[in-house]
Amino acid sequence: MTIKELARPYASMFRVQLIAQLQHRAAAWAGIATQFFFGFVFVMMFSAFYRDGTVVPPMPLDRLVAYQWLKQSCLMIVALWSQDGELSDQIVSGSVAYSLCRPMELYSLWAARLIANRIARWSLRCVPVLVFAALLPAPYGMIPPPGVGAALMFALSLALALLVVVGLSMYVYTLTFVMMSLTGPRLLVSTLSDFASGLLIPLPLMPDWLQRILNLLPFRYTADVPFRVYSGDLAGAAAAEAIGLQLAWVIFLGVTGWFAFRAVLRRAVIQGG
Amino acid sequence: MIYFKYLRMQLRSAAIYRSSFWMTLVTQVLFCALGFASMAIMFDRFDTVAGWTFAEAAMCYAAAFMAFSIAECVARGFDMFSRLVVSGDFDRLLVRPRGLALQVLGSSFELTRLGRLFVGGAILPFAVRNLGVVWTAAKAAVLVMMILSGAVIFIGVFMVSAALCFVTIEGLEVMNVFTDGGREIASYPLPIYGRTALRFFTFILPYGCFNYLPLMYLTGRTTGSAALYALSPLIGMLYIIPCAFVWKMGVKRYLSTGN
Repeated sequence: MTIKELARPYASMFRVQLIAQLQHRAAAWAGIATQFFFGFVFVMMFSAFYRDGTVVPPMPLDRLVAYQWLKQSCLMIVALWSQDGELSDQIVSGSVAYSLCRPMELYSLWAARLIANRIARWSLRCVPVLVFAALLPAPYGMIPPPGVGAALMFALSLALALLVVVGLSMYVYTLTFVMMSLTGPRLLVSTLSDFASGLLIPLPLMPDWLQRILNLLPFRYTADVPFRVYSGDLAGAAAAEAIGLQLAWVIFLGVTGWFAFRAVLRRAVIQGG
Repeated sequence: MIYFKYLRMQLRSAAIYRSSFWMTLVTQVLFCALGFASMAIMFDRFDTVAGWTFAEAAMCYAAAFMAFSIAECVARGFDMFSRLVVSGDFDRLLVRPRGLALQVLGSSFELTRLGRLFVGGAILPFAVRNLGVVWTAAKAAVLVMMILSGAVIFIGVFMVSAALCFVTIEGLEVMNVFTDGGREIASYPLPIYGRTALRFFTFILPYGCFNYLPLMYLTGRTTGSAALYALSPLIGMLYIIPCAFVWKMGVKRYLSTGN
């Protein structure tokens, strides 16, 4: 089998997901409005804190604002609460048995599906939010990255962030096999991740001891790293190190996740037919 | 009375899925606690925001979360209303000889949402103690009214978003901006969001009535008539009247989706 043949099912899975998501344009517009609104709320809140501050904050306001707008525009890539209900339906209803009959490796197939799903939803939403944000006046608007280098590193880091998120998501589905419900595991993991990844409060604003703990967890490598690489808040050696750790987490989550997934699949009992 | 029968039914059906119940409850508590931790981190870094202290913001946070969780517990049926309309189950409610609003209220009851009430209730004493206020009976009454008023206002917003389902069939995701989003926004003192947002959340969506308006009375920042600030939670409760009216209009216009 050539590589081309090997990749074909993934490519078609990708295309199907993209086309399916493109049908939901009304939902996308609603999402854009919601994300823009929340972006504005966060930006107003943080700038109110900065205006009052007597101490010099560890992250300048323009970078923080860029961070917020990136977060709003890339939510579909980094948010762990956004999951694929069809996959959990397959698990709970037992129709996953059909997928298992196919001559495809299930973990990688589902991972490919999740990647496609996220890219499709993100591509529909990110540009309008960023354009709106770029048009806003100075303290509230989006700043461009400081240079071509930062932009390229941001692209690389965001791609790796997507893989970390998918690696974590596959653990959510593994848990779904155990719990027989997506809601519980999804909410628990995403609640933890919203805080630990810096989606609620950017990590640089947190106390040092907390940052040290969060550096040891994978969540930081989903949102905190790419969004700070963009504005140059993480630059040079620090950025390279963070991106290296992202890669390490992708490999770690992928390998351990694959084994965990296989373990629950072996134990899975499909009832009825 | 019938409402309590509904309630018992819902509780019994929830008791079947015990592990899911506990997991959801723990998640709710965690969600609320981490949100408050974020607030604590911000105030640890900056001390004040637009002249408001941590204790004052904590008061807003506790009031918003307690009000919201009471509203969600009681009026979950309105929150999940699009399901009733999409499935056509709403038709069955229409033919029964009981009040519609009551049946919708009874159609769903989320006990897990009480997790937020617990955390809100744990934050409240902290805020009360650190507010630096000499508590009087009047002030304590305003505090209680603040939380109740918030619950009533949120229920009103749930009713309006339910009424919109009659027009759109699908649940409107955008309404989340005002429900979940409203809770997030009102968990900080509203004046920090700037003047336009403040006007909107005072006169159009009166979240200010359980947020900065009574808080100004409690901390003695009022200019002019203090009574008006003290009574603002009660005035806010009147918001449910136009909301109920919109809901009634929606019901009148309702065309079934079929069954």
